[in-house]
Amino acid sequence: MPPLPVPAAVPLSYYLILSAVLFALGVAGFLFRRSLITVFMSIELMLNAVNLTFVAFSYQHKQVDGHLFTFFVMVVAAAEAAVGLAIILTVYKNRGTLAVDEIDSLKL
Amino acid sequence: MHHLWLIPFFPLAGFLVNGLFGKRLSKGAVGMVAIGSVVLSFLWALKALFGLAPLETAHVERYFTWIQSGSLVIPYELAVDRLTAIMLMVVTGIGSLIHIYATGYMHEEEGFYRFFAYLNLFMFFMLTLVLANNYLLLFVGWEGVGLCSYLLIGFYFLKHSASTAGNKAFIVNRIGDAGYSVAIFLIFLTFGTLDFPKVMEAAKALPVEASAGILTAICLLLLVGATGKSAQVPLYVWLPDAMEGPTPVSALIHAATMVTAGVYMVTRSAALFLHAPIAMETVAWIGLATAVMAATIGITQYDIKKVYAYSTVSQLGYMFLALGVGAFSAGIWHVVTHAFFKALLFLGAGSVIHALHHEQDMRHMGGLRKKIPITFAVLTCAWLAISGVPFTSGWYSKEAILGAVHHHSPLMYWIGVGTAAVTAFYVSRSMFMTFWGEYKGHAHPHESPPVMWLPLAALAVLSLAGGALFNVPHILEPMFPQGHGEHDFMLEVIGSGAGLLGIALAYVMYVANPGLPASIASSLGGVYRLVYNKYYVDEAYDAAVVRPIVNGSRTGLWQFADVWLIDGMVNGAGSFARWLGGGLRRLQSGSIRAYAAWVVAGAVIFIIAAGAIAGVQGGLR
Repeated sequence: MPPLPVPAAVPLSYYLILSAVLFALGVAGFLFRRSLITVFMSIELMLNAVNLTFVAFSYQHKQVDGHLFTFFVMVVAAAEAAVGLAIILTVYKNRGTLAVDEIDSLKL
Repeated sequence: MHHLWLIPFFPLAGFLVNGLFGKRLSKGAVGMVAIGSVVLSFLWALKALFGLAPLETAHVERYFTWIQSGSLVIPYELAVDRLTAIMLMVVTGIGSLIHIYATGYMHEEEGFYRFFAYLNLFMFFMLTLVLANNYLLLFVGWEGVGLCSYLLIGFYFLKHSASTAGNKAFIVNRIGDAGYSVAIFLIFLTFGTLDFPKVMEAAKALPVEASAGILTAICLLLLVGATGKSAQVPLYVWLPDAMEGPTPVSALIHAATMVTAGVYMVTRSAALFLHAPIAMETVAWIGLATAVMAATIGITQYDIKKVYAYSTVSQLGYMFLALGVGAFSAGIWHVVTHAFFKALLFLGAGSVIHALHHEQDMRHMGGLRKKIPITFAVLTCAWLAISGVPFTSGWYSKEAILGAVHHHSPLMYWIGVGTAAVTAFYVSRSMFMTFWGEYKGHAHPHESPPVMWLPLAALAVLSLAGGALFNVPHILEPMFPQGHGEHDFMLEVIGSGAGLLGIALAYVMYVANPGLPASIASSLGGVYRLVYNKYYVDEAYDAAVVRPIVNGSRTGLWQFADVWLIDGMVNGAGSFARWLGGGLRRLQSGSIRAYAAWVVAGAVIFIIAAGAIAGVQGGLR
């Protein structure tokens, strides 16, 4: 099978800038949104921004390490989503709210 | 071996017995232990001296090495030569008499056993002082007698004036002792040993031009020590205050023995002083100044013990004058005769005070001649002796001193003669005020018990005949050869005449014309007040030394160094940590998003910094 044609039109920096924008969006969402679910989604967004960086570098350098890391991250993210959503459900059942600043019973 | 260690050991044992068990013993037993230990010491000293006679050279007994550190080797050595023998006899002999007297005098006092424990401890240290064969062991005795002096001056420690007088004596003596300590260091540096015989041999062997500077320094520092212990100008101020102690203490410690330690020490170091003419001249002038100053103050005092205290200071000045002109044996002779008559004066004064129920002001005495005749009789002997009436003990030693002084400097001689007249005057004044005229007090005078007047009688005999019995310069001939042995008859007539003149003048002023002293005092006005207030020396020291130290300690050391600096640093460290924690506490908000914001901020700062560094490096390249 002949190798896929390399899309030469898209340089590495585009991937990295996209990844940075996604990561920044994730951070902003984590910091500024009140809803626990949105915060959770923002974390996923940050993880995926990092995944994108890994894959982009991996492709650029023709090495497989970045792909491997990406798979690990995806596995952990899937597990985290399962556990995290279960926690969110339980919190909502117990507290009746998902506003982050109201879930503060560990604070003094 | 003559077991010299037993001489100081007996009083030490007496001190331990009385100090540890005295509270449970009866007064009789305490007195027996105290007197017994000192008398045993006296007898043992006598036995040793007879065994050692004629004692042409020093007899040294070495017991063990006390200190060994590098080249510094201090053996525990006791030594007896003729000088020590004289001091031993004076200390133990007079000490025994005073102990006997004290059992009567102190009989009604609280703390009877404590008094005798201290007194025995004093004897131990004093005997250590005179028996020591090196400067350090002498210093042990020197400090020990100072300690006992402090304890006994402050014996009535509930009385504020007594405890402050004790402090004063102790603190003033520290100044002198500092000088003595530095002198010891210098002696060790110069000679590499502290043993008396070795130091004296080395001093004699040193060439004069190489040694004059260091020897002068050593001698002047030793003199500083002596001025403290022997109450010379400028450190004499503690001795008059020391009269707060019980009268036997005044007699034993502050008249007969301890205060002569300085004279003994200088005599012991004679070989050093003879190589330091400047130091000798200083000794002479300090002695003369002390003699004149204290004698004039003595004229104006009304407290009978204060009169004798100033008299003691003045007589000690005489001894230093003798040492300063090189008449060491005459100085020691005066130590001996002074011990006789001054101990007697104090004990007699104590007997008067005892008879009048603790009245010490001579203006409230008078006419006691008939009421306490024995005390009067013995005090008369002391009076004649200190006034230098011919053939009494004081006359011999005083003429010996004045003769030597005349040989040295006629100016000093005439000042000395004048002081002799003043001495006779103020002692006669105290006698006339006490025993002549009408009784002006309200007590009922009673004669003291035999236990008190028997020692007085013994001292009276010694005061009259002691000079003729003990020809000290002759005894000390092997150690201090007399250069000018011939007696100048004219000088003796002048000296004796001065004493008799003083007595006659006092008779005119205090017996024949009792109103005369007051009119003279008022016509002299300012001068009288100056002398009556002891030349304001205490006030001057207070303003020049005590207040600056107190104020400096209060503002400088306490309020600045302690409160401001040290407390400020400690409290400052505490409040800084509190302030820092107060600020950092705000970081620990408990809000996850705040933490996340810090993490982001950190990451942003890190990236910017990394970018900046990379940019700079790129630019450099």
